[in-house]
Amino acid sequence: MMTMREAFGKVLVELGSIRDDFVVLDADVAGGTGTNIFRDKFPDRFIQCGIAEQNMMSVAAGLSSIGIIPIVTCYGVFASMRALEQARNSIAYPNFNVKIVASHLGLDVGPDGPTHQAIEDIAIFRSIPNFRIISPADPFELKKAFTVMLDIQGPFYFRTGRSPIPFIFNDDIDFRLGKGVLVRKGNDITIIAVGVMVSRAIEAAEKLKNKRIHCRVINMSTLKPIDKKIIINSAVKTRAFVTAEDHNVKGGLGSAVSEVLSQHCPCPIEFVGIKDTFAESGEPGSLAEKYGLTSSHIIKAVERVIRRKKKENIK
Amino acid sequence: MGGDSDLNKKQIKFLQRLASEIRTYIIRMNCYANSGHPGGALSSAEIITYLFHKELNFSLCNYRDPERDRFILSKGHSCMVLYAALAQKGFFGIEEFRKLRKVNSILQGHPDRLKTPGVEFNSGSLGQGFSFALGCALGGKLTMKKFRVYVLLGDGELNEGQVWEGFMFGAFYKLDNLVAIVDYNKYQSDDLCSNVTALEPLADKFKAFGWNVLRINGHNFKEIARAFRNAKNRKGKPTVILADTIKGKGISFMENNPKWHGSLAPQGEEKKCAFQECGCDDINL
Repeated sequence: MMTMREAFGKVLVELGSIRDDFVVLDADVAGGTGTNIFRDKFPDRFIQCGIAEQNMMSVAAGLSSIGIIPIVTCYGVFASMRALEQARNSIAYPNFNVKIVASHLGLDVGPDGPTHQAIEDIAIFRSIPNFRIISPADPFELKKAFTVMLDIQGPFYFRTGRSPIPFIFNDDIDFRLGKGVLVRKGNDITIIAVGVMVSRAIEAAEKLKNKRIHCRVINMSTLKPIDKKIIINSAVKTRAFVTAEDHNVKGGLGSAVSEVLSQHCPCPIEFVGIKDTFAESGEPGSLAEKYGLTSSHIIKAVERVIRRKKKENIK
Repeated sequence: MGGDSDLNKKQIKFLQRLASEIRTYIIRMNCYANSGHPGGALSSAEIITYLFHKELNFSLCNYRDPERDRFILSKGHSCMVLYAALAQKGFFGIEEFRKLRKVNSILQGHPDRLKTPGVEFNSGSLGQGFSFALGCALGGKLTMKKFRVYVLLGDGELNEGQVWEGFMFGAFYKLDNLVAIVDYNKYQSDDLCSNVTALEPLADKFKAFGWNVLRINGHNFKEIARAFRNAKNRKGKPTVILADTIKGKGISFMENNPKWHGSLAPQGEEKKCAFQECGCDDINL
């Protein structure tokens, strides 16, 4: 187990030692986002902006215009809402090479409660032209994805996370922008998951094997541009889908997958995610139980969608 | 660029002629588009003239050079004044004015760096150009470049909270390579600034935020030149120039009338009058 923010801090320090083309911007939350270890090692490349996210976003655009790569770090709620209009008009519209990295996403935030639980950020950034969105599933993938992102021009929204999560991959993992990763093979149904939900989807798939349901599990770590090909191929193979995200079911991964399916190969789909409601304070595990984000919730969704698939086959 | 001594009469006359041409261009664009924001464009004509023809190390030859000076029009709605200056500097022909605010034009309703050569930033959402300029100035310091950054703000723009985040940021990072100019024409979109919110005492506020504060008549070239010279010599602090101006300056019926903030254009008799007042004989558009 390791937190994604810790993994993020580590990769920043690692890359900081081998390249000097980026700086890190912080809004007085370096301990929260994991950038404190970078600050201690590279104080001259750490730009404290104070609790002023709006100025920070536009300053980042200015730095980028000089040829420096700004890594803008803050909590998901502030990156996607407090300073959203700056992200749109200062970064996306002029198409500057700024990387926004957000921690504190979804109910994974836990005890700080709804003010700090970003459950809308995927939906928001997905709708802004020029932004691409990456949300890795474990510390190994985070390291690879972040390194790849630094070498691709243009605005990115990159999601880390607050609470400890299990390792899924190892150092060999390959990250390619816009490519979903097949993590379990199966022909009965496809589960597409993102972020903290990937390990829960794998857990669900393992348990479902005992019920002779074989799940194909995909880690959709690039949310935009979404991997249409893997979705369409999966539709041909399994004809049923469950999406799983620690995010509102409206506008997030489920919506993105549905957009592809409804256009190319309509088939039954169920959504695991936050049901369009604000949550509350609590440990991430307890919140996942109450708001429907555990592997058991994924299992139930799989069973529902398989029933629907059978009905469609009879028709 | 700016030089060390005061401007002589000949230089002033030359600059006045350029400013007058800028006003003509503004009115032409305004009439072609039949919309736009003339008031705040006219009030900043002298400031922009001085910047583009005297102060900035910025021209067709170096506008992509990393060492160039940067000018950012944070009050992006006044873009007609910027387009006029860029046309004078040869960035595009004045025939482009006809397409302002129309589909397939290089001249957008607010500046767009990807469409218009010479534009640094897509300003228009108030406050953001100022923060962008701070980022440019900090980037210049981090990369040890010598260029200077100039940013023009509106007075109404100072209502935005982001601007005050920026004033704290600029002083904290001692951005003495940056000059902010406030086009203090006293009017914002709907009304007098003083009827909208409590802007004053502005100079005291800037001082309290740790900036080098200068106050000038923004239509007087001698004062503009002195202020930029003062800013250049001030080390360890960013400078803000509070430039008292007249909204709609140069067109009698537009002066100090909030109606002419935008978005509209003079029609009929008003159009004739506007052209006469800025010394343009040809009113056939």
